[in-house]
Amino acid sequence: MLNIAVVIALTLVSAAVALSFWRLLRGPSLPDRILALDTLYVNTIALLILLGIHLTSPLYFEAALLIAVMGFVGTVAACKYLLRGDIIE
Amino acid sequence: MLEFLISLLIVTGAVFAFIGSLGLARLKDFYTRLHGPTKATTLGVGCLLIASALHFSIIEQSASLHEVLVTLFLFMTAPVSAHMLAKAALHLGLKSLAKLPDATMANRSMSPRHKQTRQ
Amino acid sequence: MRRLLPHPLLTPVLTLIWLLLVNSLEAGQIVLGLFLGWVLPVLTLQFWPEQVRIYKPMLLMRFLGIFLLDIVLANFTVARLILGRPERLQPVFVNVPLDVKSDLAISFLANVISLTPGTVSSRVSPDHRYLLVHALNETDTEALVATIKSRYEAPLKEIFEPC
Repeated sequence: MLNIAVVIALTLVSAAVALSFWRLLRGPSLPDRILALDTLYVNTIALLILLGIHLTSPLYFEAALLIAVMGFVGTVAACKYLLRGDIIE
Repeated sequence: MLEFLISLLIVTGAVFAFIGSLGLARLKDFYTRLHGPTKATTLGVGCLLIASALHFSIIEQSASLHEVLVTLFLFMTAPVSAHMLAKAALHLGLKSLAKLPDATMANRSMSPRHKQTRQ
Repeated sequence: MRRLLPHPLLTPVLTLIWLLLVNSLEAGQIVLGLFLGWVLPVLTLQFWPEQVRIYKPMLLMRFLGIFLLDIVLANFTVARLILGRPERLQPVFVNVPLDVKSDLAISFLANVISLTPGTVSSRVSPDHRYLLVHALNETDTEALVATIKSRYEAPLKEIFEPC
């Protein structure tokens, strides 16, 4: 049963990745694209966690943690750039 | 029984993650789009992480709690990124379905430094 | 005392994070975690000028419980709104006047608002007296402000600020 659930979940999350990717390409404004990227990061974390459960390997957790940290920093830096026109002040 | 609970958590989490992205793709203006990813996706991934923690605790016969760290981190950072994005969007004056309040338009310049860079 | 242990709350939190990160409860890891929890606040003293104090820890626990419940409920609301017809949504910006003064309480409140039903905090006014909130679907703005103030702001004020 767990395998079926993981396959269903992988399909749904892949669809979510496709939708965010569509928004990333479509725009129309810069904040929209940053938001799409942020959603992509979170969806990637979901994919990695599911893969970890599917392969019963705890190794994927570290990758998920790194993506969470880097994704947040990236989003905030991009927003900062939009707000100030400069990242490092 | 526990396996059923884990499966349920996994499917619920995936459905919420999907709904969040659906909101991102479907809604009409930026400020409403912001709602989907900040709430639904965060809870969805939270559910998945709890399921993963339970799963590995059963397999390894001991508590595996490091997934909690990612969950906490996501729940703390998602609203911060949403706030920054909304602030950036207000700053750029993106058009919105809702009427922007006057006070925010009056305070558009954030810092003296910003004025200099734009001139 | 102030120099040796500048943030008494930060040490156990950092220790806990370290233990979660290495995912073990061995004695060596606990000692290493405690050491990191002590040395990091001392080294980063200059970045943390404010001292965090929690006046009512029990209330904080209760508040977090209510808050978790609200997150789950919020997600069903938002899911329903997203799956419904987008043309029917009535988004609105609301200015919420703030009673809380400290930066920590304001940021806590903003985060809480962003994670609960249909609202995202968008900006704090420069004088820290108003919080601009975007609601996904709301017709009664006064009721929204009243809910935010009574349900989230009042407990936070008690927790983080002396009466």
